[in-house]
Amino acid sequence: MSLKNHADAAQEFIRDEARTDWHDETLWFVRHKRDKAVNTLPEWEILRDWASRIKNHTLSNLDYYLRSFEEKAASNGIIVHWASDAEDHNRIIHKIIADNKIEHIVKSKSMLTEECHLNEYLQNKGIKILDTDLGEYIVQLRKEPPSHIVLPAIHLKRQDVSETFHEHLNTEKGNYDPQYLAGSARHHLRERFIESDLAITGVNFAIAESGSFVVCTNEGNADMGAHSAGIHIACMGIEKLIPKTEHLGVFLRLLARSATGQPITTYSSHFNKPRPGQQMHIVIVDNGRSRQLGRADFRNSLKCIRCAACFNTCPVYRRSGGHSYHSTVAGPIGSILNPNLDMKANSDLPFASTLCGSCSNVCPVKIDIHEQLWKWRQVIVAEGYVDKGKKAGMQGMAWVLSNPRVYRISGKIGRWVMRIFPFMVNNRLNVWYKQREMPKAPEKSFRDWFKENK
Amino acid sequence: MIMSSRETILQAVALNKPDLSDLPDIDLRLTIQYQDPINQFVSMLEAAGGKVYYQNSGVELLNDLAEVKAEGKFMINLLENSGNEEWANLKAYELEALDTCYLRAEMGVAENGAMWISEKQMSNRLLPFICQHLVIVLSPETIVNTMHEAYQQIDAAANGFGVFIAGPSKTADIEQNLVIGAHGARSLRVYLVGDEI
Repeated sequence: MSLKNHADAAQEFIRDEARTDWHDETLWFVRHKRDKAVNTLPEWEILRDWASRIKNHTLSNLDYYLRSFEEKAASNGIIVHWASDAEDHNRIIHKIIADNKIEHIVKSKSMLTEECHLNEYLQNKGIKILDTDLGEYIVQLRKEPPSHIVLPAIHLKRQDVSETFHEHLNTEKGNYDPQYLAGSARHHLRERFIESDLAITGVNFAIAESGSFVVCTNEGNADMGAHSAGIHIACMGIEKLIPKTEHLGVFLRLLARSATGQPITTYSSHFNKPRPGQQMHIVIVDNGRSRQLGRADFRNSLKCIRCAACFNTCPVYRRSGGHSYHSTVAGPIGSILNPNLDMKANSDLPFASTLCGSCSNVCPVKIDIHEQLWKWRQVIVAEGYVDKGKKAGMQGMAWVLSNPRVYRISGKIGRWVMRIFPFMVNNRLNVWYKQREMPKAPEKSFRDWFKENK
Repeated sequence: MIMSSRETILQAVALNKPDLSDLPDIDLRLTIQYQDPINQFVSMLEAAGGKVYYQNSGVELLNDLAEVKAEGKFMINLLENSGNEEWANLKAYELEALDTCYLRAEMGVAENGAMWISEKQMSNRLLPFICQHLVIVLSPETIVNTMHEAYQQIDAAANGFGVFIAGPSKTADIEQNLVIGAHGARSLRVYLVGDEI
């Protein structure tokens, strides 16, 4: 599959300037709501520190916690499966579906199943999964991937949703009222919940000491599915573990405030045992996570709780849209997770950042995202995954900047060219000229000015 | 010999994990204490779209029950008899028409308006979600400051299932416009009354 790189895809996204501005402002508004929620808690920084240390500790003893979780979950009557990679994960789920002759499947939000491309895998076997989170339902009808891990349809306007629903649900043409549109989806999906015989959910937190797992939603779709269907499959990455129930106090205080500025999601559901007569499965997935655990510079990306605060604050994400990251997890965190999954295919992503550091500042578990972006750039260049033009440019720049004489001479030439022949730089061949005016060149350098005026 | 996925994963994790680091002490002297936790609880829940009755709430609750009963809609009242077997085994298609469900929450949290309901109180896991309107009765004395205190109070793993509910279901997936009534209950009424009811 050949995909556009981030810069090219972003260029397409920003062609519609009004829509780009709207996207930018909408996500900034979510960031602002996060700030308001955060500022109500004097202990916010203490919470971040606790969360970070709990996750660091868990990762440092992860094999122990995985075994403990498995043992407790099994004794609670939950069937535990292990999947090394996406293929393994998809095969396990398909087997459960086939063994039980399942026809109707509903799924609530799970970025892991997106990462594993479960829907496509099952579709190829003639099995259809229905995504029930409203945002995911919308993008599924449109045959698009989600563009944001918390707000899957944030790239769409109400007119787009209205047209999609008119086509698929036969809603009124031209009715753009969000209440009407969401109500129509509710009505349609209720029937699907009721007839469903298997529900797939994600996992926000898995508790090692009790074998329980917690799923957070605002819509109630995970619960409608899980409690209606005869079989519940919960899919989790190995990094979802936390040691104790009391640690949920820390994470549930951080998650929704960071994600949407709510003090907590509407529903925080704690699954301990299947209900009588129900089958409950957990699929524990590695898919590259244990490899990331071994990369000292990058392992703490595994602390991520998928709140997307780093997306909403990122000036590049807000103005390039989630699809330009060509990955399930976009944004700054995606840019440090995806090179681990496929360095070559995702070699552009660590460069899709200004390294401003805002992502690290809002991260509720204190991942040093911008530093990892910078470190990935070095790894990617060393591995030879950077394009030749950029590499030659950087090498040339390094030579100029490390030789004071060369630097002074090139500065002089540059200023002269820009003054006398501005078209030499103000043209399309110069990528720095794209969407900006080049500055007026000064008469002399600061160094010359300082020598004369000191 | 081919190792199972389980062995492969556990072995890779054991090999790649960093040196053991310590867990932090969660010191509750460092977390927020509200001057008026009940007031904080009410304002958080109302901000989330819930309706809270505090003054004269015992009488209001009886009126609520009488009104819904008079409308003749399908309602389930778990306030007196939460262990009712009759409700426990109802399937989704039998509960589809459920209009209003009344149940008691174990405790409430001031910082976010969340209320803990365990499987014991709901008898059937679907009830608080599939009903169109959810009515929760909560004793105001049970309201604690934060989630940390909440987890000290409850035994989250004591029953097969338990949930914190902090409002009616909602979504903002269409242009970030808030719509109350996504897939779960479309409205939430909360009566803060003591255990006497």
